[in-house]
Amino acid sequence: MQKPKPILLVEDDSVDAMTVKRAIRDLQANHSVINSVNGEEAMKYLTSPDTEKPFVILLDLNMPKMNGIEFLKVMKTHPELKTIPVIMLTTSKERQDVLDSFEFGASGYMVKPVDYSKFVEILRRIFIYWNSSELPENELLLAEIKH
Amino acid sequence: MRDCRPILLLEDDTVDAMTVKRALKELHILNPLVRVANGEEALVYLKDDGREKPCVILLDLNMPKMNGIEFLKVAKADEKLKRIPAIVLTTSKDDQDRLKTFQLSIAGFVVKPVDYVKFVEAMRIVNLYWTLSELPNSEQESANEKLQANTAGRR
Repeated sequence: MQKPKPILLVEDDSVDAMTVKRAIRDLQANHSVINSVNGEEAMKYLTSPDTEKPFVILLDLNMPKMNGIEFLKVMKTHPELKTIPVIMLTTSKERQDVLDSFEFGASGYMVKPVDYSKFVEILRRIFIYWNSSELPENELLLAEIKH
Repeated sequence: MRDCRPILLLEDDTVDAMTVKRALKELHILNPLVRVANGEEALVYLKDDGREKPCVILLDLNMPKMNGIEFLKVAKADEKLKRIPAIVLTTSKDDQDRLKTFQLSIAGFVVKPVDYVKFVEAMRIVNLYWTLSELPNSEQESANEKLQANTAGRR
């Protein structure tokens, strides 16, 4: 069987990033986690030719340098990257953040609960949903763009 | 789903539409189901300010008049409609369909299983996800939410 693709976690807080990694381990989700600390770093990862493109992107909102919305604006207009699903994972319940995220192409907006078991449940549902959803083949996309 | 607004279903096949309705009922999903038979009808519904905007859109791809991809091209370029999550629900396993719809910012692509029990399970997963995810609500609903949050905080 093919090795599952990694998850790209864009999160500046190291404790929060550790919590995500721990939850993924607890779920035995099998996806490896790549942690970028802001949008700029995430774009660097995504655009470098030798890195494996992620299965999904989990995106925080408030980060230095390039925040979540700024990252969405760049990534969702990039022809090779725009098809990767992005799920917001944030503590913000601001309506404007929800509206902006969906406006710029997010495919889900999860508010991080304080409680760890609830957090695991959120990640579980994200994985079940995106594992049962069909996803575009990056290879096909690359072939189309090269034409 | 997270709120009680309708679910808009774009499906030209009456039997398939009934299967969706039956599955939602079985899962105790209380959102009203508004069914339209193609993209053109969906746009008429969505652009009518007298009708409540849906919380999510479930759409088939192969439909007469205006198909799913043609509908997405219009809806996702419309300032008032682009934020509504659109989930493809189809029997198509075509690679190009997947690619084109993900390029148009869809929020999921469900290949309809032929088996009814499996179909209900697929809808259950969709509901679990969209019950947790915040949705881009209207102003009025966000005001109601704030009120509820305040009341909960005082308890």
